[in-house]
Amino acid sequence: MYDFAYHRPKSLADALALLKGKPEGRVMSGGMTLIPTLKQRLAKPSDVVDLAGVKELAGIKVEGNNVVIGGMTRHADVATSADVKGAIPALAYLAGHIGDPQVRNRGTIGGSIANNDPAADYPAAVVALNATVTTNTGKHAADSFFKGLFETALGEGELVTSVSFPKAEKAAYMKFPNPASRYAMVGVFVAKTAGGVRVAVTGAGPSVFRVKAMEDALAKNFSSAAIKDIKIPADGLNSDIHGSAEYRAHLVGVMARRAVDAANK
Amino acid sequence: MTISVAMTVNGKSVSGKVEARTLLVQFLREHLGMTGTHVGCDTSQCGACVVHVDGKSVKSCTMLAVQAEGSKVITIEGLAESADKLHPMQESFRENHALQCGFCTPGMVMSAIDMVKRHNYQLDEATVRRELEGNLCRCTGYHNIVKAILAAAPAMKSAGV
Amino acid sequence: MTAATGIGARVLRTEDKRFLTGTGRYVDDLPLARATHAYFLRSPHAHAKIKSIDTAAAKKMPGVVEIFTGKDTADAKVGGLICGWVVKGKDGQPHKSPPHPVMALDTVRYVGDTVAMVVANTADEAKDAAEAIKVDYDVKSANIDLARALDKGIPEVHPEAPGNLIYDWEIGVKADIDAAFAKAAHVTKLDLVNNRLIPNAMEPRAAAADYDKGTGNYTLWSTSQNPHVLRLILSAFVLGIPEHKLRVIAPDVGGGFGSKIFCYNEETMVTWAASRVGRPIKWTAERSESFMTDAHGRDHVTHAGLALDKDGKFLALRVDTIANMGAYLSTFSTAVPTYLYATLLAGQYTTPLIYANVRAALTHTAPVDAYRGAGRPEATFVIESLVSKAAAEMKIDAAELRRKNFIPSTAFPYQTPVALQYDSGNYPPIIDEAMKIADYKGFEARRAEAKSRGKLRGIGFSSYIEACGLGPSRVIGQLGGGVGQWESAQIKFNPTGNVQILTGAHSHGQSHETTFAQIVSDKLGVPIEAIEVVHGDTATTPFGMGSYGSRSLAVGGSAIMKAADKIIAKGKKIAAHLMEASVADVVFEQGTFKVAGTDKAVPLGAAVFAAYVPHNYPLEELEPGMDENAFYDPSNFVYPAGTQICEVEIDPDTGTVEVVAHTAVDDFGNIINPMIVDGQVHGGIVQGVGQALMENAVYDKATGQLVSGSYMDYTMPRADNVPSFKLGNKVTPCPHNPLGVKGCGEAGAIAAPAAVMNAVHNALAPLGVKHVEMPATPLNVWQSIQGAQPAAAE
Repeated sequence: MYDFAYHRPKSLADALALLKGKPEGRVMSGGMTLIPTLKQRLAKPSDVVDLAGVKELAGIKVEGNNVVIGGMTRHADVATSADVKGAIPALAYLAGHIGDPQVRNRGTIGGSIANNDPAADYPAAVVALNATVTTNTGKHAADSFFKGLFETALGEGELVTSVSFPKAEKAAYMKFPNPASRYAMVGVFVAKTAGGVRVAVTGAGPSVFRVKAMEDALAKNFSSAAIKDIKIPADGLNSDIHGSAEYRAHLVGVMARRAVDAANK
Repeated sequence: MTISVAMTVNGKSVSGKVEARTLLVQFLREHLGMTGTHVGCDTSQCGACVVHVDGKSVKSCTMLAVQAEGSKVITIEGLAESADKLHPMQESFRENHALQCGFCTPGMVMSAIDMVKRHNYQLDEATVRRELEGNLCRCTGYHNIVKAILAAAPAMKSAGV
Repeated sequence: MTAATGIGARVLRTEDKRFLTGTGRYVDDLPLARATHAYFLRSPHAHAKIKSIDTAAAKKMPGVVEIFTGKDTADAKVGGLICGWVVKGKDGQPHKSPPHPVMALDTVRYVGDTVAMVVANTADEAKDAAEAIKVDYDVKSANIDLARALDKGIPEVHPEAPGNLIYDWEIGVKADIDAAFAKAAHVTKLDLVNNRLIPNAMEPRAAAADYDKGTGNYTLWSTSQNPHVLRLILSAFVLGIPEHKLRVIAPDVGGGFGSKIFCYNEETMVTWAASRVGRPIKWTAERSESFMTDAHGRDHVTHAGLALDKDGKFLALRVDTIANMGAYLSTFSTAVPTYLYATLLAGQYTTPLIYANVRAALTHTAPVDAYRGAGRPEATFVIESLVSKAAAEMKIDAAELRRKNFIPSTAFPYQTPVALQYDSGNYPPIIDEAMKIADYKGFEARRAEAKSRGKLRGIGFSSYIEACGLGPSRVIGQLGGGVGQWESAQIKFNPTGNVQILTGAHSHGQSHETTFAQIVSDKLGVPIEAIEVVHGDTATTPFGMGSYGSRSLAVGGSAIMKAADKIIAKGKKIAAHLMEASVADVVFEQGTFKVAGTDKAVPLGAAVFAAYVPHNYPLEELEPGMDENAFYDPSNFVYPAGTQICEVEIDPDTGTVEVVAHTAVDDFGNIINPMIVDGQVHGGIVQGVGQALMENAVYDKATGQLVSGSYMDYTMPRADNVPSFKLGNKVTPCPHNPLGVKGCGEAGAIAAPAAVMNAVHNALAPLGVKHVEMPATPLNVWQSIQGAQPAAAE
């Protein structure tokens, strides 16, 4: 790891002020991606601004039809939250299957979605539930937040402050983990909300994507039978020693059907 | 950047000057000489470095020392009540031969205690195996580790720890 | 007194307390005043010429003490690393021995090959400086694909080994085999890859060295399985430091599995550089370095055939193997695919004719050497895969076909056609017991139940044999081994009656501190709390060969028995003197010397005290003191055997294989501590399951980059990948060592891969899947299913 200047502001305003004029500065939320990246010397930030002291960013609230999760809320807290379990159990399940228990004790939702690792779990929930990402400068709709491999709509000096998930009528997440890293090789989040049915896939492509054909079929008939003949094209999907693009494409179908079955239980 | 850091480790106040890049595990091992916490990988996977920070199990190789500023840290060295009285989890690991080379053991024990508490002292085999996702062992084949944790859960409950 | 702590008792481990309380002391834990830290700059290329190395800028970086390159070591005439086992090929010539410099001179030959050593005040500073070293490489095309390594036109790794061939070796008579195959009623053929593995002991390799200017003494702390052998190699071949001036200490070592047997360049370099730097130097591998540079294991490409008569009797076995050596020959590398592999191809069977041809090939990859089982897992995989395949082809029950061909218990000692003479064994009761524990009869019902859940269930057998407990020195010498293969022991009583056992074996998880103490507690009647086992330090323990090849108990334990016999013999003389009796009348029972038929008795402790305070002592005929040495050289290998039965369930939609049950029944001869033995089997099984289903060292075939270079891509078995295991045991004591013991350290890993893969094939057979290579990952299994059902894939 290269050395850097470390800051632990107590407020969002202080955090933003610290970042100002530091193009090589980096924000750290849980550090579960940043620290391994620094250890591998893949990044050389001048400054690291640790958000752990910014209390206003952590916490879970139910606001009307929405569950609002602060950007600095740890995965373990989402997984065990009675509010989340009551409103969107699939979201609690997803959070409880990110990484391992120690990662869940540190990693945060804001960090996860801001990083947009192609194998991260949360983006699937954000997109499938059509969540709204709130930042210090405004709001992003889920569909326009994730832009591509490790790319989001976040601008310079923009931080995720919270994510608002509409409650789902039915929802489930099914993950096929990479056998080695246990990251999502394919993760499919299926949700039926007031806004309709959404199917979002993580792990399979460079960034989270929706499967329109499945959504249309499920809107008519929310059963795994309705999507059993829908094939996902392998073009553009990720390929590595653990899964070819064809295999990932196939797994999207399997995981989607299993997610629908789970959502119907 | 050199920073002063202070925290409580196993009930004792400690402090030191570290570089910002110093990991918590480096602080424990190199600054405090507490070498019971091990480093077995560089990708946050193996769990040999697990300690408790403010009551939660974390990988001390994936946390900066400065992030633990003001925290209460418990390591493997801080578990036994005395030289003769091991923590029920330590005792159970011994009773069940849940360690061989001993290298993964500190992290295993720290994760195991955390898991038992989070599950309110009630665990089954499948849960224990899933909860050990973040801890690798190359010697035991996990068989006796699982056995030890299952046996320790009621023992911890009755000991009130 | 000793029943609870003696031979056969489930004694809790002495070593546990320090490991459980964080007070174990591994190499990286050692506090060394004024220590510097080393970082090794490694080649990012599989094959390149080094045009230049510029360290000028790096030397000016903060904290840098010194930087060394291959030129420095060459100028200082540092010797190369050695391969300690000479294998003679078909042509009668010793194997090719290309040089293995401690740091690359003008060529790098694998990703991870060492280019420079930076010594700095901190590890971070050393790493910072290494980034400032400028190396100009001329990148060449690389030879990565083992199957093609010996083909014409493939880039050569070393000019000293034309065509990348290290040796072309054979055992058996080819003409006889060809004739047997020609007239066989059935021939089963198999082409397979024994996948390359990375050992992954949880403690990464580490080394620290100090040089004392005043005495000229060096001390090296190393994560070694065999500190004396390491010292011998460093002294005699590499560094030229006299053995008595080099102390090697292997303190607590966090697992080895073979990978810490060998002499590596990093420990060599820190020792060499310590005297130049004038301060201690410490190096600890990062895990990614371990992946790149620890000696890897297995890696064979094999074509094999089994000839059977119409009733399923084995007539002949033919095996052709290319074994990967990597880019340099590691310490034991040449022996693994020959003497530890081909000589095991008889398995548990009476196969009368066996021929094996093994060619060892160089590639631009990390060195390959012994890894848990070393050759024997590869042999077992060939045999047991063939046998199960033959059973399926001939529609004979897999257990029945094995039974039909087992060496009968009356045939021991049994001379195999591949050099080994099995000393003892009784195989049918083992498989019977395994089938009982595994409820073989109930399998079809379980298969049907699984099918109702959409799962494909399969069952697989693996009946293994291994030769371990290396080994008779004379035989090892005849086979080209460069060292003796005895073990040493010293039993040292203190005047107050407590005991130190000093052993040349080394424990890095094997529990010697407990097992060896049990032997002495049992034999001499000393309470186990009064016994301390000392190992791992060349300055305090007698010269020993260390621990590998499941030899510690069979050879090291036997040495302890011999030393204990000497203690008793001396004690008898002292007791006879004290009791005024004839030595011939003195017996030793439960820790006390007695004169038969009288009530005269002298406890061992009293004899010991008399030996140290010899006021009433036969000084004219007996030396004072109670401290006995023994060396034990076995007369044969030991031959543990067993059967494993694995049951898997496969999810045909995803290709995921789940091991749902795994049974192992072993014959390890007499057992000292069943708890410890079971633990060894558990761990071995999981390493075998790992090989079968998960682990794979993958190099990019074009660039030679190690794709599976971290736990993000190298699939380590985790707790939720395996079930709890069902174990059983049968005992035929080893007839030629005093404890009647066989080795147990490697058996699990030797047998498991075939059991798992036979179960996978059994499960997939209904889909028409013919062959799945290891590891049977979800992707691999899914693709095999698609391949078998091209219509269904659309």
